[in-house]
Amino acid sequence: MPGLKSVVESLIFVADSPVSLDRLCALLEEFDRNDVRDALAALREEYGGEERGVVLAEVAGGFQFRTPAKNADYLRRLTRTRTAKFSQSALETLAIIAYRQPVTRAEIEYLRGVDSGGVLKTLLEKKLIKILGKKDIPGKPLIYGTTKEFLELFGLKDLKGLPTLKEIRELSETTRFEQQEELPLAVSAGADSDGDGGD
Amino acid sequence: MSGGETLPLYQDEDASRYTVRLEVFEGPLDLLLHLIRKNEVDIYDIPLSIITREYLEYVKLMKELNLEIAGEFLVMASTLIQIKSKMLLPAIADEEGGEEEEEDPRAELVRRLLEYQTYKEAAATLAAGEMLGRDTYARKFAATELDEIQPEEEPVEVEMFELIEAFRKILDRVSEESFHEVGAESITIAERINDILSRLEGKESMLFDDLFPETFNRDYLVATFLAVLELCKLKMIKVVQANRYGSIWIAPAVVEEGTVESPEGAGADARA
Repeated sequence: MPGLKSVVESLIFVADSPVSLDRLCALLEEFDRNDVRDALAALREEYGGEERGVVLAEVAGGFQFRTPAKNADYLRRLTRTRTAKFSQSALETLAIIAYRQPVTRAEIEYLRGVDSGGVLKTLLEKKLIKILGKKDIPGKPLIYGTTKEFLELFGLKDLKGLPTLKEIRELSETTRFEQQEELPLAVSAGADSDGDGGD
Repeated sequence: MSGGETLPLYQDEDASRYTVRLEVFEGPLDLLLHLIRKNEVDIYDIPLSIITREYLEYVKLMKELNLEIAGEFLVMASTLIQIKSKMLLPAIADEEGGEEEEEDPRAELVRRLLEYQTYKEAAATLAAGEMLGRDTYARKFAATELDEIQPEEEPVEVEMFELIEAFRKILDRVSEESFHEVGAESITIAERINDILSRLEGKESMLFDDLFPETFNRDYLVATFLAVLELCKLKMIKVVQANRYGSIWIAPAVVEEGTVESPEGAGADARA
């Protein structure tokens, strides 16, 4: 009889999306939940080493084997597929939906200051967001939220795994100050000289 | 900038004036944030005369360059001018003498700008993280053979959107080639209702997808879908899902003998 750890490893390896502890326990009903949890922990430990080409990541409420980011350059040679590029508008809209869900299109557009219908359609098609239902206000607008695929894409364990907005704001405060000391000077100096040259 | 080195497309006195590099902004809020940062002014105390002037210059530039100006940019321009004129007016002390209570006309704009900045940065943080398919990779594996295993979980009620989404997928599967003109063969919803009911007879459930064979044309599929909706409305079938993202199943609801007649009439009403 194979060891539990080995079975868990195989299941996660073969599954085509992250496997949750609940799902593992349902599949391995003859085993104790705590043992399954221990096996997972042991596997995570084993795959945590620096020299491994595969890590056991905890994403979208489950576990999945993924390659470490440091190997990305080499993997790009293998996969050939163009890496998904996100426009600034798509990212902004995704961020707003991720943090504010459930959110209506009107709310998104108020926050962004621009029409967002096209972006929403694209995000829906890419399955990164979904329609959660309708808001019970006049006009019954649709409300949007993020999907499991969104968590998988950004490697988030769950929505709580999103960086808190406060952290971001503090982070941005510091970067903004840094920028103010260096960037504007450099930019304005360059612009001035150009302006002089032009005149 | 490279304006001095490259040859202008046409020799024109005006040409030298267009050495401004036009940045692309996501919208008026993005542009305002840029102007605030560029001028190194306090976001909580925006000098509206400077910012409004530069904002309008930018809009004018877009016009001169024949760029399509999104309506939002113009709305913001008028908002800025409105706020600016409000600030020129002396604060009117109302009866309660509460002029202190009067909110700064810029307050709402500042709130929006700060909020927008927060999400803009959140977007940057998201993009900077490890992204699947860019920084980290997982095995791609179409586990079709594993689909057979139906987890025996409590069935979830299917929401309308999911049903429509499932139907959209089916329609997508019907390739354009499978289109062929069929004379005046008409498919009635009533026929489809009876067909579905007879196929469900004696069964506990059947896959939603199985109702839509790919060999049929769109008319047939649409009629079938409408028949499913009609049957739901008549509470003759139940539409369930084994789990949130699982396949959709339809099952006969418990029906008494007498009610079997009703779909005929209802179907006839629903005939397109």
